[in-house]
Amino acid sequence: MHTITLREGADLDGFRRAVRRLAASRTEPDTVLWSVGAPSLFGDDAAPASENGLPLFLPHAVGQLIETVVCHGDPERYALLHRLVWRVLNGERALLDQHADPLVHRLERLDKAVRRDIHKMHAFLRFRALPDPDGGERYVAWFEPDHHIVEAVAPFFVERFESMVWTILTPKGSLHWDRQHLMTGPPAERPDSLADDRFAEGWLRYYESTFNPARVNPTAMRAEMPRKYWVNMPETAAIPAMVRSAPARVQAMLEAEAAIPRRRTPEKAVAAMARQAPESLADLNRLIQRSEPLVPGATQAVLGEGPEGAAIAIVGEQPGDQEDREARPFVGPAGQLLTAALEEAGIDRGSLYLTNAVKHFKFVQRGKRRIHQSPTAGEVKHYRWWLMTELGFVRPRLVVALGATAALALSGRPVAVLRERGPMAFDGWDGFVTVHPSYLLRLPGDEERRRAQAEFVADLRRAAALA
Amino acid sequence: MDDALIEKLGILADAAKYDASCASSGAKPRSGGKEGLGSTTGAGICHAYTPDGRCVSLLKILLTNHCLFDCVYCINRRSSNVRRARFTVAEVVELTLGFYKRNCIEGLFLSSGIIRSPDHTMEQMMLVARTLRRDHGFAGYIHLKTIPEASPWLIEQAGLWADRLSINLELPSDHSLKAFAPEKNGGTIKAVMGQVNERIVEAKEERRRFSPAGQSTQLIVGADDATDRSVLETSGTLYQRYGLRRVYYSAFSPIPEASSVLPVKPPPLQRENRLYQADWLLRYYGFTVEEIASGGEGGMLDLGIDPKLAWALKNRERFPVDVNRADREMLLRVPGLGARAVDKILSARRHTRLRMEDLGRLSSGLRRARPFLIAADYHPVGGLTDRLDLRQRLVTPSSQLSLF
Repeated sequence: MHTITLREGADLDGFRRAVRRLAASRTEPDTVLWSVGAPSLFGDDAAPASENGLPLFLPHAVGQLIETVVCHGDPERYALLHRLVWRVLNGERALLDQHADPLVHRLERLDKAVRRDIHKMHAFLRFRALPDPDGGERYVAWFEPDHHIVEAVAPFFVERFESMVWTILTPKGSLHWDRQHLMTGPPAERPDSLADDRFAEGWLRYYESTFNPARVNPTAMRAEMPRKYWVNMPETAAIPAMVRSAPARVQAMLEAEAAIPRRRTPEKAVAAMARQAPESLADLNRLIQRSEPLVPGATQAVLGEGPEGAAIAIVGEQPGDQEDREARPFVGPAGQLLTAALEEAGIDRGSLYLTNAVKHFKFVQRGKRRIHQSPTAGEVKHYRWWLMTELGFVRPRLVVALGATAALALSGRPVAVLRERGPMAFDGWDGFVTVHPSYLLRLPGDEERRRAQAEFVADLRRAAALA
Repeated sequence: MDDALIEKLGILADAAKYDASCASSGAKPRSGGKEGLGSTTGAGICHAYTPDGRCVSLLKILLTNHCLFDCVYCINRRSSNVRRARFTVAEVVELTLGFYKRNCIEGLFLSSGIIRSPDHTMEQMMLVARTLRRDHGFAGYIHLKTIPEASPWLIEQAGLWADRLSINLELPSDHSLKAFAPEKNGGTIKAVMGQVNERIVEAKEERRRFSPAGQSTQLIVGADDATDRSVLETSGTLYQRYGLRRVYYSAFSPIPEASSVLPVKPPPLQRENRLYQADWLLRYYGFTVEEIASGGEGGMLDLGIDPKLAWALKNRERFPVDVNRADREMLLRVPGLGARAVDKILSARRHTRLRMEDLGRLSSGLRRARPFLIAADYHPVGGLTDRLDLRQRLVTPSSQLSLF
C-alpha cells in the first residue's frame, strides 16, 4: 500500500506530481491511499523525490476535469481522479464521453458541484466599502464556500474589479488585491461587522421593491439561493417580512376599488409628444453635434453649409482630414477642386447648400497621418435619417449627388456613377448624379484628368439648368 | 446615497418590476481593466433571488414613472394615481456604479415612462449608458428599453452603448393593442424591431458594436383574450422576422391602482410557465407552433402537463423510441429528456449499448421518460403508451411548500 499525503485544500500541483510518479511506476489505483493534511497513520511512503515521473499526455477534457474536481471537499476525490487517469492511460482515451460509466458519472457530479459553488461565490459574494486611511475606498467581503474554490474564483474578481482595492475573507483562505498584485492568505474568521456607507441600505430597498407579492414562490427562490448562502447576503434579512406580508398585500390590491383617474388631458399630452422632431435646421444641427460618430475616428461633426431654400443642394461623401479640423464641408483639396469647377460653370458657391452623406471623418491613424477610410454601406445608412431630415429643411429644387456614396445615401441603392451619371429621381427629390471631385484628383494622366474635369463642369452646368 | 435617493429608488424599482426580462447573458466577454470597472462573462450571473422566485441580475429601474401614455395594464399609465419620481442621469450612473462595486448586480436595465417626448426620454436613457461607458469605463451589462416612438437616430445612438435593446410589444395582437394601449402603435413597434434587427445584422458583418446581445421583447399574458396559440404564433413570427433573442411572457398580475377596464384577478402563473416551456420547444427542440398547440385544446395549452408531454400523449404512435438507435430529433421529443441528456446519450452510445441503469445516470427525468423509451434491457410490454391512465401516472399532484 502506498500512502500519499497532499496539502489541505485544492492541491493541484501535489496531485499532478503524485500522479506522474504513480504512472511512471505503473502503480495501480487500488494500492494507493490518498490522505490530506496531517501525515497518514500508515506513514508516508511516497516514492523517492528523485522519481518525479514524466509529464502525462491526457486529453484536454481530462485535465480540465482534474482542475475542477481537486477543489471539491470530498476526501475521495484524489482516489477517483487517479482511477480516471489510470483508465485513460490504459486504453480508454475516450472515457469521458461515456457519461453513463459510474466513475465518470460520479466525477461529473463532483465537477458540477464545484462549478456551482464557484458560480454562487461569483454571484452571492457582497463587498462592503470601507474608508481607506489614504482617502480611497477599500472593499471587503466575507464568504463561506462549500469547497476549496478560493483560488479558483480569484481570476474572476481580479478581472472584474481590477481598479478597486479589495479583500475577500473565507474560512478556507483569503484573497487581497491592491490593483497590482494578488496575495493569498490564511483562513479568516468571520468579521464582527462590516459597516458600509448607505449603499447597503439602498440595496435593501431595491431588493424589497423589485419583489412582486402577487407572484410569491419561495420554493423557486430557495432552489437557486439555498439558505446556507443567506448569512453572506445582507438583503436576505428582509425575506421573512416580504413573504409574510405578501398575501395581505395581494388581497388589498384585489379588494381595492378600481382607481379613479385624476383628470388629465390626453389629447394635449399626445399632441405634445408628436412634436418631437427637430423643428429647424439649427435644431437638427445641434442633434448632430451632440451625437456620437457612427464611424470610427472623427473629432467633430461637419455640418452642412449654405442658405436654406438654396435651389441646389450638393451632397458629397464625407468630411476629410481638413474638413474635420475646420468643421466646414468642402475645404480640402477635393473641395477646392469643386469650387474651381463651380466657378468655371458660372455657379456661385455661396448660393448652394453643401453637405455630406456622412457627417464624420472616418480614418485610421498611421503615425502622424490620418488615413481616410470610405464609409461602409451600413454606415451610410445610419446617417441617412440625418441627411433626409436636413434636406427637408433646405428644400432644394435639385439634389446633386457627388460620387457613389452620396448616390447610395440618396437613392438607397448602389449606383454605378459613371454609367448612370445624369438626372435621377431620389427618394422624394429631383436629383442628379455625377462624380466626386476626389475621383478627378486620383486620375493618373493629365489628358484624362482634363477631359474628366470638363465633363464634370458640364454636369454642373446641366444640373444648374435643371434647377 | 441620501434618503431622497433611496426613496426614489424604492418607487422606480417598484415601477419597473413588471418587466420580465432580467437576463445579463449574451455579451461577448470583456473587461474594464485598470481604469474602468467590471466585466461580462458571456453567461450572465444572477446575484440574488427574491421570494417571487425571480432573479436579480441587473439593477432594473425606470428613469421615471411619469408617463404620457395610458396603457391600461400598466401601473405607470397617465391615469394611475401612483407616486411619481424621476432620476437624473447622474443618479442612475451613481446607483449602477455603487451597486456594481459591491457585486450586487451585473449591470443596468433601464426603462422609462415617456416624459415630455419620446425623443427626450430616449436621449436621457442613452446618456445614462454613454456616461457609464465613456466617462467611467463601465464594462458591465447594459440593457436599454427602447422607446419605439423615438427617432431612428436615437436608436442608432443607443445601440452603440447598450448590450441589448428591447422593445415591448406587450400585447400579441394589434386589436388588443388598440383596446388597451390607445397611444401605442403596433406598426411603429415592429418598424423599430426591424430597424434594430437590420443594424444588428450589419454590425455583425462589419464587426462593429451594436446591441451585441441582440434584442428581446415582452408579451403580457392574461390581460386580453388572446389564446396561447396566437401568443406563440406572434412569438414565432418575431423570432423569424426580427431575429429576436428572447420573447418574455409576463403573466398579467394585479397591480395597485388598477384600471377599471381590466378584471382584477390573480395572475395565471401556470399559463406563463407553460408558455415558457412551449417557447423553449420552439427555439431549441424543433417544434412548430402548430405541433405545440395541437397538444392542448381550443388554442390553449394544457395547464396540467408540460407541452412536450401533452404532444407525446397525443402522438403515442411515434413511441416508444429506442435510445440506442433513434436520431437526435426524435430523442428530443421524448418527455423528460432535455437537450443536455440527449447529447450525453448520443455520445455515450457510441461506446456502449445503453441500459436503463445507464440512462438513470444520464438524465434526471427518467421517471417521466420511461414509458416512451426502449433500452437494451427494457422493452415496455403491452404498450405502456396505450394505457389510458398514462397521463395520471405521470402527473404528480404538486403542492406549494411554505417557507416558514
